[in-house]
Amino acid sequence: MFSELHVAVMGAVFNLNHPAHVIEWHFIKLSVANVVVIGLMLAVFALAILAPFPGAASRNAARRSGDGR
Amino acid sequence: MSAPPTQPPVSARPGSWTGRVREAAVGALPPEKLLPEGQPTYVASWIYVFGVASLASLAVIIGSGTILALKGPAWWHFTGVGHFFNSVHLWAVELFFFVMVVHLWGKYWMAAWRGGRARVWVTGAVTFLVAVPCALTGYVSQQNFDAQWISTQAKDAMNGTGIGAFFNLTNFGQMYSYHVLLLPVAVIALVVAHVLLVRRHGVVPPLPLEKR
Amino acid sequence: MLRSRDDTQPWSGSYAPYDLVKELCIAVGVIALLAVLLTVLFSSPDEKPSTIGQWSRQLPVDFVATAAKELDGTSKTAEYGPPYNHNSGSVQHFFLLHPQRWLGVSHPINTELDYVIDPLETIPGDPTLKSALAEYQAAAEKTRKAWGEAYAKPLEEYEKASEANKPLPKTVTVNESTGEVSVQASGAGPVPTMMASLLTLARAGGLDGSLLTSSQFFQTDYTKPLLFMADGGLLEKRAEAQHLLGEQWGMMNETGSYPGQVWLWLYTFWYQIEPIKSSPSADLQAMLIMAVLSLLFVCIPFLPGIRDIPRRIPLYRVIWREHYRSLGAPPAS
Repeated sequence: MFSELHVAVMGAVFNLNHPAHVIEWHFIKLSVANVVVIGLMLAVFALAILAPFPGAASRNAARRSGDGR
Repeated sequence: MSAPPTQPPVSARPGSWTGRVREAAVGALPPEKLLPEGQPTYVASWIYVFGVASLASLAVIIGSGTILALKGPAWWHFTGVGHFFNSVHLWAVELFFFVMVVHLWGKYWMAAWRGGRARVWVTGAVTFLVAVPCALTGYVSQQNFDAQWISTQAKDAMNGTGIGAFFNLTNFGQMYSYHVLLLPVAVIALVVAHVLLVRRHGVVPPLPLEKR
Repeated sequence: MLRSRDDTQPWSGSYAPYDLVKELCIAVGVIALLAVLLTVLFSSPDEKPSTIGQWSRQLPVDFVATAAKELDGTSKTAEYGPPYNHNSGSVQHFFLLHPQRWLGVSHPINTELDYVIDPLETIPGDPTLKSALAEYQAAAEKTRKAWGEAYAKPLEEYEKASEANKPLPKTVTVNESTGEVSVQASGAGPVPTMMASLLTLARAGGLDGSLLTSSQFFQTDYTKPLLFMADGGLLEKRAEAQHLLGEQWGMMNETGSYPGQVWLWLYTFWYQIEPIKSSPSADLQAMLIMAVLSLLFVCIPFLPGIRDIPRRIPLYRVIWREHYRSLGAPPAS
């Protein structure tokens, strides 16, 4: 296990140490990695506001019983 | 004979500075408000976790940064463990900005400054604006090619605005000091103020539904 | 006008159990795990820094050409202006705002002395160099300038031809085995001897140390060696290959294929559009715009219009949909 940890700290699974691929659109030039990050941020935001949040039963029970502080 | 007092006396209207600070603090944030066990029932969206995710990212940044600081700025270039913690620190910074901006988007679309919460917005916005130069000082403290390039390029922006006269990006000692102490202290102070203000005012209630 | 129609009342409705401390602990665990996972998958970049020694060995003509410009005061640093000197080559202003001038010279650099004369004077036991230095320092300002220009001219022609991929002039030659640069320039006085010695010192690594520890033993200020290298072409060559140049939106980029500083998108955006793009005061203009926008960003709660957009584009209906649905149901009596 120690040797596996040693391998993990010494090298990455994916080597990103090569010149980036760039996406160009009109005058905008963004690296693929940055476009992925921006896309992920938008996707995560959309998911965050759309996905159901756990604990609905507990909240509905609180509403029904009119639980104040 | 009565037992000696085990605590100092508490006056109803304290005259001492200590007493007045205590009363003001407890008045603004009584313990049950500072650490409540419940939240309003409208706190029912995953968007709400991005504030605490920002706090968590900051904790990981500070933790990994502390380990890097313990061993000095050159360590991570020469050992696998050092490079590991540098990587954790870098990815924690990426995560920090990621979750902080999603948190910011959520708070904007909730108009979370309502109900006397303008200072919550202001402290949060200033935190973001201070985090940007905090990251910059980190990038120029890497002591590698990236640091050489960023410092020699960004110095023109600093010099053009006059800031370069007292904030020298090519001065490693100064930049490292800003990065490891001065700017993190500023970020933490702002975050503490931000969180205490959130606890004081509570999470902003929903916008009223507009009559159609 | 700054007060909005803020009718937000303190919440008087119901509360449900919510464990904040447990949430924080889970968040720290999740983020730490994510950071470690990303580390194991991708690690982090660490491109080795360039040294003056490497620069003089890999691009000897570029090194000598830059050193010649430092000597005759025509390099970017020599002509820069505050905070390095009192020239005006890179001084920026915006109408009546001259902050660069106002804050003054706080980090003086004399390129002739700091980059050439002083390092050469540290070389012991070289009578030819000693006499060349003495001749140079005894000469009048006008004579030194003439020598410098005579030496720099063939080097400029060489660099222009190199950039345009044209045949290189024979007046500049590089000895591939020794790395020495020969410049055929008449009327250059002792400058060729000085430059040859400086190149030898640089190739041996002596100039890196000399520029760093010139004023005191312990040093953490890399301004001098960094500005010297930035005046040359090596850093820019490496940066272009890594998509870090300004016109490549490099401010946002990291070396390699790593994600960079995505949050700087709006800072670098202004540099890409006219009239800022081609302005000699581009930096000041971009920074002023960002200062104003940052102030507006902080003041959103007080800005009519901007603060009302969330009401007009009702994303909030999605965020609080459970709450709005519950309003339709009567409370238990």
